[in-house]
Amino acid sequence: MKVGLFVPCYVDQFYPDAAIATLRLLEKLGVDVGYPPKQTCCGQPMANSGFEHLAAGCNELFIKNFAEFDYIVAPSGSCVLHIRDHLHDDKNPKAAESISHKIYELTAFLTDVLKVKTLNARFPHRVGIHQSCHGQRGLHISSMTELVSPEFSKPESLLNMVQDIELIHLGRKDECCGFGGTFCVTEEAVSVKMGKDRVADHLAHGAEYITGVDMSCLMHMEGILNRQGSKVKVIHIAEILNAG
Amino acid sequence: MTSRELILTAVKANQPERVNLPDISVFETGTKGSLQKFATVLAGVGGNIAYVSGHEEIVRIIKAQYGSDVRIVSPIKELAELSRENLKDIALIHDLHDVEVAIVNAHFGVAENGAVWVTEKEMQHRVLPFVTQHLAVIIDADAIVPTMHHAYGLISTTTYGFGTFIAGPSKTADIEQSLVIGAHGPRSMTVFAIVKSEG
Amino acid sequence: MEHSTKDHAALAQDFNKDEDRVDWHDETLWFIRQKRDKAAHQIPEWEALREAASQIKNNVLSNLYDYLLQFEKNAIANGIEVHWAADADEHNQIVHRLINEANVVRMVKSKSMLTEECGLNEYLAKHGIEVIDSDLGERIVQLAEEPPSHIVLPCIHKKKEEIGEIFHQHLGIDAGISDPQFLTETARQHLREIFLTRKVALTGVNFAVAETGEFVVCTNEGNADMGAHLADVHIASMGIEKLIPERKHLGVFLRLLTRSATGQPITTYSSHFKKPREGKKIHIILVDNGRTVQLGRKDFRNSLKCIRCAACMNTCPVYRRSGGHSYHTAIAGPIGSILAPNLDMEKYADLPFASTLCGSCSNVCPVKIDIHEQLYKWRQVLVKNGYAPAAKKAGMQVMTWTLSSPGLYHTAGKVGRWVIKYAPFAVNNKLNPWYKQRDMPASPEWSFSEWYKQNRQQ
Repeated sequence: MKVGLFVPCYVDQFYPDAAIATLRLLEKLGVDVGYPPKQTCCGQPMANSGFEHLAAGCNELFIKNFAEFDYIVAPSGSCVLHIRDHLHDDKNPKAAESISHKIYELTAFLTDVLKVKTLNARFPHRVGIHQSCHGQRGLHISSMTELVSPEFSKPESLLNMVQDIELIHLGRKDECCGFGGTFCVTEEAVSVKMGKDRVADHLAHGAEYITGVDMSCLMHMEGILNRQGSKVKVIHIAEILNAG
Repeated sequence: MTSRELILTAVKANQPERVNLPDISVFETGTKGSLQKFATVLAGVGGNIAYVSGHEEIVRIIKAQYGSDVRIVSPIKELAELSRENLKDIALIHDLHDVEVAIVNAHFGVAENGAVWVTEKEMQHRVLPFVTQHLAVIIDADAIVPTMHHAYGLISTTTYGFGTFIAGPSKTADIEQSLVIGAHGPRSMTVFAIVKSEG
Repeated sequence: MEHSTKDHAALAQDFNKDEDRVDWHDETLWFIRQKRDKAAHQIPEWEALREAASQIKNNVLSNLYDYLLQFEKNAIANGIEVHWAADADEHNQIVHRLINEANVVRMVKSKSMLTEECGLNEYLAKHGIEVIDSDLGERIVQLAEEPPSHIVLPCIHKKKEEIGEIFHQHLGIDAGISDPQFLTETARQHLREIFLTRKVALTGVNFAVAETGEFVVCTNEGNADMGAHLADVHIASMGIEKLIPERKHLGVFLRLLTRSATGQPITTYSSHFKKPREGKKIHIILVDNGRTVQLGRKDFRNSLKCIRCAACMNTCPVYRRSGGHSYHTAIAGPIGSILAPNLDMEKYADLPFASTLCGSCSNVCPVKIDIHEQLYKWRQVLVKNGYAPAAKKAGMQVMTWTLSSPGLYHTAGKVGRWVIKYAPFAVNNKLNPWYKQRDMPASPEWSFSEWYKQNRQQ
């Protein structure tokens, strides 16, 4: 099985450690990982802003880069959801569809495909899990508090395999952080207020680190934490699962 | 073209392809509703329940609670002792504005939400269960159904000009989500459940 | 109804100037969301009920023509007079005519968001008709001369002290009262007199049953009934999509409606109106006002399944932190944002963007409207129809070029990181909306692709 590593554009540029940890983690678990160097972006920023019709270039590039792999794995729920739901190419419909079915967010890949049961990792800290919306409600990587259905969480199950980690409870388990793509600047006031409230919830329950599957949410919360002068850090889940 | 024609034409042109109705009989499991559950839920929505052996006991309870100086009305002939009024003689329903207590029969209770079903026939006047300050309703203790699906099963064979489900006293939480009992309808609601003795 | 010309973002920014108040508004509505969760979790078959309700409403939309005719026939046979209004104006004119025919100039009204949508109160006021809203929350905003901010809890944006002040000004109570019990009692006494003296009452319609020609009105306060049963003329205003096929389907909807709205198992009163009282009249007005257009939109017709429970508003993290008025339309929140653009794309182009697409709304919707997916789709429609600001369009084009070319992308990334590291003042300033309340991300030593090239590529 050959896995193509898809690194979201902002992770590539601003949070390479999350991608490095993803790569190392997959390799540790015996996966043959390829990284197409000409990849750029999934096209979500344009599509979510109503400019879906401008994403053709990104779509074509994505298909060109990733069509050959058995699986595509990314350290991001929202990018994976976007590809799953919105990747299409009129010139290459079958390739697009095939990619939609074989692209996975990291924790979903570890749980559903690799069926990881143990991890050789240690992270002796109090950690709060931020349930990024697109991964949760879009990809079903965990249950949702709105629904009457059994509770589960792929990220949480994986984190529970990490030695000495202490997962905190939250007041609102799966409320949105307010990043929302271009929303973070077009509706700046509400976006920041949502982020502040999420951060406050984690702080109130003693988090040292806030983690999640999406660096975009974490970047937004980090910006707020740093502005507040807080010592609390954000960290992508791949880095915790690969720690120690 | 009349508006009616305009609207219907537009609907016909724009409605999507027909899809079937689901089978909702799956929700009608069991037949017996729990009186216990009904009582608990009723209390939760601000209502009261009293288990009685018959109408004499109801008369006693009402007299003890409200005395004889207030206007008590009921179309129930077994409660004639409480109310000398014949509701059929009311000329103007607005004359009911100072009714303190009204007692009517209900058909059954619904366990899942503490509601009772009352129709125009039991009310005599539609405004009665709303304009009264305090409402009491009489059901048979074993006339409890589990859910609204069962309720509509029972209602399906009946006809009415007006009917309503009543779940407790009137209320509102419009002011800062603070629950206040007694909005425009009755300030209190009591269900008298007549328990049939064995033998 | 006068609404601001500011868009949602600007109005939301105003709303957020008072952070304590935002917290209060947010926590109040979150509390209701929690009550809804508690109620839903007490019904093991809750998700199956939602699915059933969704399918029933899908059937209704697909067969609306026949159901409308069936309802009309049965309602008329029951003695109810049926009217059809193509738009808001016609609805208002019909109501006006019916009031004139009753030879009165006053009317009492219970909650109807449809009448809010049609601007009925303003229309009637212009024509010398006094309308008193009898729902406590509606009466409060009426006295405050504001539109309701929430479709179920009209004055959720008002604090009890403010309500006390409104009653002091208009209903003659002492200043400084804020006890909800006392205020409610005040409204009770005030409105009782109204109920007893108005000959015409108007209500909304929660559900109308095609099979039997009856309609159902749900309230906790009993105000719809107090008005209707004491009036000579009962007018019921209804959107054409409020039909359901058979009476037994009420079982599904009445189990879902109030649990979704407030967490109660059912409203205090679920009143079924089938025939008028002897010698009295019931009129029902079937209103289109853009609904048939929405019905024809394949991607958006499911918004017509809405039963107006407001669960989507209570769960929406943006609504809770911006308030109903920031949507500048009768029906706010997530459902409002997919209904309003159908009425006026230009006026409501901002609404589908007032969302992070978190998807919580779709999860709480009792009839499973794919709200967040429709928000995404409306964005595409609005941009295609030219309602994106020019600056955004230009920015998006630049982004497209950059992200479609690996070379450009890597260059842009390098430049961005260099600027943040060596010329932070270029981005750490007032021109950068991100920077207003957040620090920029740090500039790493290298991008992942650079690291990979250095460390992994042979």
